Amino acid sequence: MMEMSGAELIVRLLERQGIRTIAGIPGGAILPLYDALAASTEIRHVLARHEQGAGFIAQGMARVSGRPEVCFASSGPGATNLVTAIADARLDSIPLIAITGQVPLSMIGTDAFQEVDIYGMTVPVTKHNFLVRSAHELLDVIPEAFRIAMSGRPGPVLVDVPKDVQNQRVRFEAWPQPVVAEPNRPLDLKAIEEAAQMINDAEQPVLYLGGGVVHSGASALAVTLAEQAGLPTTTTLMALGTMPSDHPLSIGMLGMHAARYTNFVLEEADLLICVGARFDDRAIGRAAQFCPRARIIHIDIDPSEHNKIKAAHVAIQGDVGQVLEALLPRIKVRLRKRWLSHVDSLKARFPLQMPGLEDARSHYGLIQAVAACLDDDAIVTTDVGQHQMWVAQAYPFGRERQWLTSGGLGTMGFGLPAAIGAALAAPERTVVCFSGDGSIKMNIQELATLAEEGLKVKIVLMNNQSLGLVYQQQNLFYGKRVFASKYRGAPDFTKIAEGFGIQSLDLDQVQNPRAALAQALAAPGPCLIHASIDREQFVYPMVPPGAANTEMIGG
Amino acid sequence: MIEQVAEPLQQSGFAKVVLELDVNNHPGVMSHICNLFARRAFNMEGILCMPMADAGRSRIWLLVFEDQRLEQMILQLEKLVDVLSVRRHGAEHEVFERLERFFH
Repeated sequence: MMEMSGAELIVRLLERQGIRTIAGIPGGAILPLYDALAASTEIRHVLARHEQGAGFIAQGMARVSGRPEVCFASSGPGATNLVTAIADARLDSIPLIAITGQVPLSMIGTDAFQEVDIYGMTVPVTKHNFLVRSAHELLDVIPEAFRIAMSGRPGPVLVDVPKDVQNQRVRFEAWPQPVVAEPNRPLDLKAIEEAAQMINDAEQPVLYLGGGVVHSGASALAVTLAEQAGLPTTTTLMALGTMPSDHPLSIGMLGMHAARYTNFVLEEADLLICVGARFDDRAIGRAAQFCPRARIIHIDIDPSEHNKIKAAHVAIQGDVGQVLEALLPRIKVRLRKRWLSHVDSLKARFPLQMPGLEDARSHYGLIQAVAACLDDDAIVTTDVGQHQMWVAQAYPFGRERQWLTSGGLGTMGFGLPAAIGAALAAPERTVVCFSGDGSIKMNIQELATLAEEGLKVKIVLMNNQSLGLVYQQQNLFYGKRVFASKYRGAPDFTKIAEGFGIQSLDLDQVQNPRAALAQALAAPGPCLIHASIDREQFVYPMVPPGAANTEMIGG
Repeated sequence: MIEQVAEPLQQSGFAKVVLELDVNNHPGVMSHICNLFARRAFNMEGILCMPMADAGRSRIWLLVFEDQRLEQMILQLEKLVDVLSVRRHGAEHEVFERLERFFH
């Protein structure tokens, strides 16, 4: 018979589940749990400076490792500060376990100090959530939280634990087994057969890869399918790297900021094979006019994605890796010379324009100069805005989980804490965080966490003194009425970094930016690399919001 | 800008459907279910919930309109961890009819 407090039980269960690093911030209602965590020899705690930072640090670890990772926050404001990171994990299907302290059970509902109904608040942004009412329940709830977070389509789970439950003594006979992901349902072989037939019969098929390929670890299978069937392949923002960008069948990212040829190829497709993607509005533009000539095969682990936005002619439910394995032996080898040479001619006529590539101080030039110093072992995170889209367009991604970005929620402030999490999960890799001057300020306090941990995170700050994508939209779609998008103040980011104890490099001030970049990226430990960017450089091409993908502006 | 505000869906013209859900019986289940419908402005005409003989479970009866989003709503319901099963019946199902005398 074992006996311990609820708090100790949580820590032991997390240890047994293989958790080795937790990001969080303590506070009154979670102090028993922190007291138990302090006694752990297995788990290291990383003290964030804002709970949203803790949430994104855990996300960064989970996006790199592919398994659930954990963050802690106290009740009230601690818990509400986590909400953005949880919602972000929901929209990008990231396995995240958020454990929050709560006021004691008897005080719930009394407007006690630092009480909020975080359970009620997170119902729509979690995959599932729990309010634990006795320490004994933890024996089921904690393993169940992991099982839910990692099974099927991954997602975030919140566990709210009242302070008295953390202190309650619990006696039990045996430890629950650490959980693994639930096996998937048997595949619908008839649908797979039908899909194979459609692919074999198609004249102008296109393969469309989404984040599900990353979650399933199926990029090698997806590339094999493309090669075997001769499929030009586009990826969503989430799936960058699943097919190497220099692969001859790659036609790059689709959607709002795709190269013109990519959207033109999709326009002509007679078959669209959607693998682990969800027809997001930024990817497909106006839904009714997306791939107007194509029949659709939709492979997804989540059956509620089928027929949600676009009706599928064949819908296959299942883990995309397992489906692709079953599909491949049924796929004929096709060279598709006519279709692929037409794709090549569209690519030659309407390529992605990247002006200023030779100048390492211009937006595209800087991104490629950074890439030139690194190989595919490096991890790239971004914040949200123009810099994010430029990196998505210009960085030569070569493997899955190389690229971490806030796709669905589009959270400014994601990049720095996610990079810290990535570096914690993979300390041997170089992590580059591309950010903007708008985004970096949204979680800039995590520079203190970064300095404390001394991780090899290199922040490349593209500073155009504005909320660039807002400025761009006001110029393009609101009659150039620029409002609330230009900053009047100009903080000195190199001094800010130095104030936090982080080395900095100002590319504006150096003679040879490429040499300075190479040196800064190779050095151990963190560094903030600042570069001024021309505010009048916009992200092109651009599909106006609500328009069809073929109605691109610029580029 | 091309964005347009969609016309609100008129639900009253559609036929009614009765959904029968078996769910885990604990506080919070109703909130998960009602949230799905409220978020999508999908009107629930009637809702009825009682514990089943097996005390760990409850049964929820929902009366809803059969608009084009119903399939998606059912798939979303089935995704909820506490929803064990969803069965669909026609409007002729007697569960709400027999309750009507309490609403006059």
